[in-house]
Amino acid sequence: MRALVTFVYLFLYTPIVLIVLFSFNAGRNASEFVGFSTEWYGKALSNAFLMEALQNSLIVGFTSAGLATLFGTMAALGLERVSAKTRAVFDALFAAAIVVPGVVIGIATLVALVEVFGLANSLIASVWPGEAPPRMQLGFGSIIAAHGLFTMALVTMIVKARIASLGRDIVEASSDLYATPMTTFWQIVFPQILPSVLAGFLLAFTFSFDDFIIAFFVAGSKTTLPIYVFASIRRGVTPEINAIAAMVLVASLILILSARFLMRDRTANS
Amino acid sequence: MASAHPNDIEFRSVTKAYGAVTAVRNINLAVPKGSFLALLGPSGCGKTTCLRMIGGFEQPSEGSVLIDGREMNGVPAYRRPVNMVFQHYALFPHFNVEQNVAYGLKQMRPRIDAREIDRRVQEALSMVRLDGFGKRRTHEMSGGQQQRVALARAIVNRPSVLLLDEPLAALDKKLRSAMQIELQTLQRELGITFVLVTHDQEEALSMADQVCVMSAGRIRQLGSPQEVYDRPADLFVADFVGKINRLNGRLEPGGQMLRLADGTALATSGEHSLPAGPVIAALRPEAIRLSRQETGPNGLRGTVTHRIFLGSGVEYAVTVAGLGDFLVTADRGQGSEADLAAPGDAVTLSFDPAAVHLFSPSEAA
Ligand SMILES: Nc1ncnc2c1ncn2[C@@H]1O[C@H](COP(=O)(O)OP(=O)(O)OP(=O)(O)O)[C@@H](O)[C@H]1O
Ligand SMILES: [Mg+2]
Repeated sequence: MRALVTFVYLFLYTPIVLIVLFSFNAGRNASEFVGFSTEWYGKALSNAFLMEALQNSLIVGFTSAGLATLFGTMAALGLERVSAKTRAVFDALFAAAIVVPGVVIGIATLVALVEVFGLANSLIASVWPGEAPPRMQLGFGSIIAAHGLFTMALVTMIVKARIASLGRDIVEASSDLYATPMTTFWQIVFPQILPSVLAGFLLAFTFSFDDFIIAFFVAGSKTTLPIYVFASIRRGVTPEINAIAAMVLVASLILILSARFLMRDRTANS
Repeated sequence: MASAHPNDIEFRSVTKAYGAVTAVRNINLAVPKGSFLALLGPSGCGKTTCLRMIGGFEQPSEGSVLIDGREMNGVPAYRRPVNMVFQHYALFPHFNVEQNVAYGLKQMRPRIDAREIDRRVQEALSMVRLDGFGKRRTHEMSGGQQQRVALARAIVNRPSVLLLDEPLAALDKKLRSAMQIELQTLQRELGITFVLVTHDQEEALSMADQVCVMSAGRIRQLGSPQEVYDRPADLFVADFVGKINRLNGRLEPGGQMLRLADGTALATSGEHSLPAGPVIAALRPEAIRLSRQETGPNGLRGTVTHRIFLGSGVEYAVTVAGLGDFLVTADRGQGSEADLAAPGDAVTLSFDPAAVHLFSPSEAA
């Protein structure tokens, strides 16, 4: 049993350790480590294509996570007010959205968007007075929409859990002390759920930043960081790719650990 | 806030149903200004529901609740001139003590001057003996202290009615009695109407000036503590408020004599309107006199089976042949232990006819 567990962990982490290790390799060959160097990091950071992909990923990540946080939090708050039956239905739908494989979401979003764009474009073309009517097409918008929808479910689940642990007592106490529902929300509820809202944002951002599959389907001509990496390794794994992977890894770890810190059980110290 | 209306709170034919569960059935109740009412009853009888309808957290399914003569149906909690002390305190965890207490004052319009708010907060804190605790976080305080913060947070607003839902349930016995006295003093000083929910009959009797005994969503009796204890309206009240000994018997024609199962005849006060026939008699344990001599009318011979020393008094279990076990409490008096009856002793139980409460067996609860 012990050996099996050890094997599983080795299997999981050895490649990751190797990637980080070889990102510091002075040589170009991935099979032998010839010396320590940070030159690949320098190369990666001065690669214009890579920087553009990174910029795209940041735009998509911030926008989709921002939208997901806004709507996910609103959904979590709204679900407090519906009947238990309706809530159960929505809970199941959100849970389903999280377990649906990325491939399915990617294809489904692609099909849906192409359909909608087709209809919208012909509609715009029919009413457009000028020569070249604008056309809606895949790009930032579609990646943001796909990521936003998927991660909204994530945010909703996280914020809902926090709201449930709050209980109705302090909300009622606030209302008992003459606070209007608006004041109660901003003074009492919001400060209490803020950490989980931030945690939701960080996780949504991390998901979007790391996602390859969904983005691959709906990105159109845009290149995000994972798509760039995927395209590059078809030309061979260079230490530069290792350096990028190591940086993404560290960034993701920091984000996820921050999210966990925000979501930690506060009852222990209260 | 002062108005000519004599009642702070009125329930007019109030019924509250949660789906298939009817929590409160057709309740009529008036709470005069400045009084201290206790809603007393077993778990699930609808006490909290009544309180929540006054606070505005629930709306009646039928009938109406009036505060200060004004009908409150549809008026949200934040527009009602009442404040509630929640069972689990419901303090705001991200605020310190002062911020908690000041919260209600800060919501008031027109706005209250910041210095005035601070003055009233300090005044309220000193009223609940928490001077100097203002800057503490609420989770750094004991249960009793948190309880006081909750109390200060409510009374600082000078509501016309203060609602308390089992506010002392989480405290230990000693702290509970101390808080009972404090609450009572506070109520007299402030002149605010208090409505207290409790399932502890001692608490209700010792604190309130009106006790409303409830069961299964209905009011069984409303009266002063003495009335409820000495003249219980029915067997349920007699049983719930204090301990009783129950005897089955038949009322003789004329209503003066009670014939027990073993044939013994007991005199009754005659102050009842029951017809002749089967009745249930209830006797308080402290209304029974226990003596080792054979004495007097209304006497039953029995044998002591247990003696429990209560500190201030003594409780005996006495078996009477043909009638079963009796619970008797007696003063300890000044005598030595040898003066007390001991298990195995033959004793006589006697009581005043006025102490025998008679109820019709149909309402047996
Ligand atoms: N929100 C609710 N939904 C459904 N049923 C409820 C709800 N609140 C109370 N009830 C039911 O109404 C009845 C009365 O409840 P209530 O809380 O008023 O009792 P209580 O007298 O305060 O009891 P306790 O001493 O246990 O607090 C109970 O049968 C309870 O199950
Ligand atoms: Mg209750």
